[in-house]
Amino acid sequence: MVKVVFFARIREQLGCAELNVEVSSLATLVASLKQRGELWARVLSEPNLICAINQVVFDGNDRELEQGDEVAFFPPVTGG
Amino acid sequence: MVDPAILTVSVQELDFDTAQLQRALLSGANTEGAVATFTGYVRKHNLEQAVDTLTLEHYPGMTENSIRDTLHKASERWPILAGAVVHRVGRLSCGDQIVWVGISAAHRGDAFAACEFVMDYLKTRAPFWKKEEGPQGSRWVDAREEDELKASAWE
Repeated sequence: MVKVVFFARIREQLGCAELNVEVSSLATLVASLKQRGELWARVLSEPNLICAINQVVFDGNDRELEQGDEVAFFPPVTGG
Repeated sequence: MVDPAILTVSVQELDFDTAQLQRALLSGANTEGAVATFTGYVRKHNLEQAVDTLTLEHYPGMTENSIRDTLHKASERWPILAGAVVHRVGRLSCGDQIVWVGISAAHRGDAFAACEFVMDYLKTRAPFWKKEEGPQGSRWVDAREEDELKASAWE
């Protein structure tokens, strides 16, 4: 299982903080999340959406995922 | 052989005492010639809208690692002796302290530069998100392009 976490505005829009999905790549994960409905498809297509794999920002389109990996989706950061 | 800089990070709900943090930055060996610090506060207005409270969310683990990485980058770039970042999360009110950065070095130029670098990187790299609440309701704060330009300018 891959653990998927959402933060801030993305979490609120999806109404979901965390879920587990059985997938083996980032591309299949994103495709499966987008199939959850029109809202999910729209939010996960946002151009500024940031993805982190195992708590490190990932800029590419696809990567293999292993059991226990953690994938996060969040909006641009606004701390400080 | 120069001792590695002592780098500390704290993400916490509690308020902090800047005088105490600054004292803690000093080694006791009197090697510091300069300490530069920055304190960020919750402003009363943002983009012409009144702000009553601010709620800060973070990504536990990644946030701390990201700040530690930024302090480490600063220590590779400037000969600093110690660096510390304290960042609050949770619900804050107008006027509250949000963030503190302290850098000690032998000379002021390195302390000033490293302090600014750490703040610019923190604002654009560390996963924190602000949600403002005011008379008009609540809204997530948008990232500012100006902040990204400031951070990119160090590269």
